[in-house]
Order: sequence, then C-alpha cells, then structure tokens
Amino acid sequence: MNIIVPIKQVPDLVEGLEIDESGKDLNREWIKLKLNEFDDHALEEALLLKEESGATVTAIAIDSQDIDKVLFTAAAKGADKIIKVTGNFGTTVTSHEAAKALANAISSMQYDLVLTGVQAVDDRDGQIAVLLANYLNVPHVSVVTGVSINGGAVSVMKEYGGGNVAEFECTPPLVLGIQAARQTPRYVPVAKVRQIMKSATLEEVAGGDVSVVAASTVQKFSFPTGGGSAQMIEGSAEEQANKIFELLKEKGIK
Amino acid sequence: MSKQIFVITEHLRGKIDDVTYEMLGKGKELAAASGGELVAVLLGHNQKELANEFGAASKVIYADHEKLADFNPWMYAKIVSEIVAQQKPRVVLTAYSSMGIEVAPAVSVSQGISLTAYVSDLSIQDLKVSVVSQIYGGKMNIEAVDENESMIACVLPGSFPADAGKATGSPAVEDFAVSGLDESKIQFKKLIAPDKSDVDITQSEILVSVGRGIQSNDNLPMVEELATKLGGAVSCSRPIVDSKWMPKTRQVGKSGLKVKPKCYLALGISGAPEHIEGMKEADLVIAVNTDPKAPIFDYAHYGVVGDLFDIIPALSAKL
Repeated sequence: MNIIVPIKQVPDLVEGLEIDESGKDLNREWIKLKLNEFDDHALEEALLLKEESGATVTAIAIDSQDIDKVLFTAAAKGADKIIKVTGNFGTTVTSHEAAKALANAISSMQYDLVLTGVQAVDDRDGQIAVLLANYLNVPHVSVVTGVSINGGAVSVMKEYGGGNVAEFECTPPLVLGIQAARQTPRYVPVAKVRQIMKSATLEEVAGGDVSVVAASTVQKFSFPTGGGSAQMIEGSAEEQANKIFELLKEKGIK
Repeated sequence: MSKQIFVITEHLRGKIDDVTYEMLGKGKELAAASGGELVAVLLGHNQKELANEFGAASKVIYADHEKLADFNPWMYAKIVSEIVAQQKPRVVLTAYSSMGIEVAPAVSVSQGISLTAYVSDLSIQDLKVSVVSQIYGGKMNIEAVDENESMIACVLPGSFPADAGKATGSPAVEDFAVSGLDESKIQFKKLIAPDKSDVDITQSEILVSVGRGIQSNDNLPMVEELATKLGGAVSCSRPIVDSKWMPKTRQVGKSGLKVKPKCYLALGISGAPEHIEGMKEADLVIAVNTDPKAPIFDYAHYGVVGDLFDIIPALSAKL
C-alpha cells in the first residue's frame, strides 16, 4: 500500500502575530513557522500503518520557507520518500492553489491513501484534504481519528460533535483528513535529521498550473476586538490566586 | 445573477444541530438584503417532517434516499453539488462542522465556485458579499469581498444567534430527484454513541479546564487536585485529547462536548473558535493564560495574565 502525506508549515501561534504594511497579510519577516500539528498527526498515522502493514510512506510539501528541513524531518521519522512540489508560488499560497499543485503532482503517482491534516490555522479558503480529494477526483473522509486496513478495504472512524463517531468502509484510493493519530506524534532528535539529510534524496516535482476558479478578495487583516470582556486581575500570582478565591466565594462556588 | 441564499442544514440522530438555526437566522437577514429567497437544503431518508423546523426559509429542497439516512461524505457532497449547480444561489451557507468540512470544499471544486472558511460574519449589498473570517486560531480577522456569481461560506458555529432562525411552519417543500448513489466507494457502517462510562462533564457545575499550557501530562495531578478541592471535574481542550493525555469524554469544544457550568476555569487555553463554541455559555469564565492577547480573554469574565504553574498551587493552597 502506498500512502502519501501532504504536509505544510503554519505560523506558530505561541508567538505574537503582526500585520504587514499593506494591511492585507501577516508581517512574515520574523514569523516563526512550525509543522501544522494536524499534518504531524497525519504523518504519525501513516507511519503506524506502515509499521503494521508494510506500507510505503511518501511525505510531500509545496516549496516554501524552510520546507526542506521539514521534509527531511519526516524522512528521519520514517517516511520512505520525500518530495518537494515546485512552482511559482507567492509568499502565501491559498488552500485551493496548494490542493491543485498537490493534485497535479500526486495524480501521476501510484497511491492508495492520502493522509493529511484535517485543517490548518491559515486555510481561509477551505481545508486542503477535501479540496485535494476533489481535484484528484477521489472520495474523502475528514475529521478522522482512526484508520485500519482490512485487506483491500479501509475502515475509517469519523468524529462528529458531542462524542459521536461514525464508521465508514472505503475502497481506495481515497483522501483522509486526519484529526488525530492513534498516538502522540513521534519526536525525532535533530542529530538524526542531520544524518538523514546526508543520505536521503529530496525529489522535486513541478506543481504545474495552479490557477483556480473564483475566490473572495482579501481587503483587510485586523486583530479581533472581541468583547474584550474580561476584567483583568492584576498583581502577583499569590494576589491573583487570592482574587480568584474571593470571586469563587462571592459567586457561591466555594 | 441569482439572489437566492441557501442553507445546507445538518441533523444527527434526527436532531437538528443549532448551527443550522444560526445559519437560517443569518440567511434570512441576507435574503432580505439581497431581495432573494431563503432556501433550506435537507438531505435524509423519511425525514421530510424535519422541513417543518425550517419555517425561517421560504422553501425547503428535500433530497430523500435510503442511502442519505446517515451522513456520507461522498453522497452528501454529490447531491449538494447537484442542487447548487441547478440553482446557482448567490450565497450557500454551510457549517464549519464535521459535515460542512466535507461538503463545502467539494462543492467549491466541483462547481468552480468561491469558498470562504471560518466565517464569523457576512453581509450583502448590491449582490456584493462582505465576509469576515476568523483565522489563526481566532487571533486574526480577515475581511474579504466576494463579487463572484456564487459563493460558499463555511460558517463558524456560535457566530449568530440560533433563536433568529427558529421558526416552525410549513415552508413549501420541493423534492429533489436523487440518483447515482450506487457507485459509492464510501459506505456508512454505523454510528457509535458517546462513551458514558466516564464523568459527564456536561453535568458538572464546576469545570477546571486545561489546554496546551499544561505542557505535559505529568502536570495533570495538580489540576485534578484543584478540581477535587473545588468539587468539580477536570475538562480540557482538543490538543490534550489528541495527545492522549485525557479521554475524549473530557473534551470541550467543536469535536467534543458543549458545556454550561456555573464556573469554568480555563487554564492555559488560548481560546480557538473551536473551543469557544463549547464553553461560551458558561455562567462564569475565569481564564489564566501567559499570552495577554489570547482570544480566551475576549470571552472570559475575568482574566489573569500569568503562569498556571504559579496560579494553580496558590489557589489550591487557599481551598
């Protein structure tokens, strides 16, 4: 079984975000990026399937800042092949463009499953998993928390709200949007990544035509003002804890 | 250009999800502004009576087939695509939900129409649609305009009041002829009910809820101690469940549970829209986070910018 795992980087939200001069994008000069956590789960699930059934795992990513290292890290974790999709991409690639470039690259490959993250924090124009499935013209199941291979069929668990889960039986090829792998994504030491950079080959495939149909046009980025409702409790940790305690007492909770 | 507004309705186990009413309420407002009609789209099997729940709409398009009795990503996407292709509405509202996340992108690609996700607000003037998306975990608003013939908006649950869309009545029901579902490579097998063996956090009056800020499952005992002292239960945000540190039964938010406790202590939870959806009805929300810009402070009644590893022991000591 061949499993392809599209991965990408997203801004690390632990760092503060800034808006650039145009007011229509993030200030990307100092931005810290990290692997989309859901893509990390997709890769983990693919590696677990590989360990169970001897699948071949290919990690693939659109050419972007520091992506080589991300792909080599995937190789260090156990991906058999790593592929960079090249093309004339701007600093921001929409989900439709990314999905189309990935579909162009993947359509010429042999594959049974495509596992990618259910969502990313920046997909303003929709989630890549289902977009990609439709550009590839194969079925999809998203918000997946369990995958098992039973001969030629693939059993998939899909989550709804309120703890409800649906089971589907699928015939590959298909695309799955992974919410969570069966276990926490594995960690790989930097030394192992460095080592694999010397031995692994990073293939390049052209992304081809990524012009897509209609889209909405971004006018403005702004920080949400929300309700701004919280009354802030100042002071030392001790004083803050005191205040919380008083509040709970006042509300009859303690 | 069509002036119609479509709402793709959702139901599970015969119950309409609140987000459907939220979209119907917003859809009614959009239809009044566009001068078109509001149409609810319902897929199911022997569920025509659900159409009576959509009194806010002037018409319900109903697709009935035994294979549509339960949600199926491929079948639902196919039928909604066909309905949209036939009518080309100006705006299609889908929920940013487990169902909507499969339907909206599929319709966008198959019909070549624009898609905007994480939508928290939208308005329409002269058939030009202004749309606001809340992205980067709720830390950024992006305003955009859509001047296309047709668009899909994938709406964040909890963005609009549900009451505005709750009207029973007998809207006109138009049957949609369903065919071509036999070739599906995706078959629905069964629906598995939520695990009832654990504490039911929806029944807890006090929830001590932890997020990514807890850093490691080794730090959970101090949270449990605090919850016990408060007479409450421990709940958490999604990353904690995805890391397998706590069971799914404790998860608050979109793919977890909706809770409405008397008191919700949010410790190290940034407040992504998916989490807010599950807890914003709590009577009292106190949030502790190291990031003063964390969106959770927009929903909390009281906020502490600080380290939960300082606050938790200090508070526990007082109880």
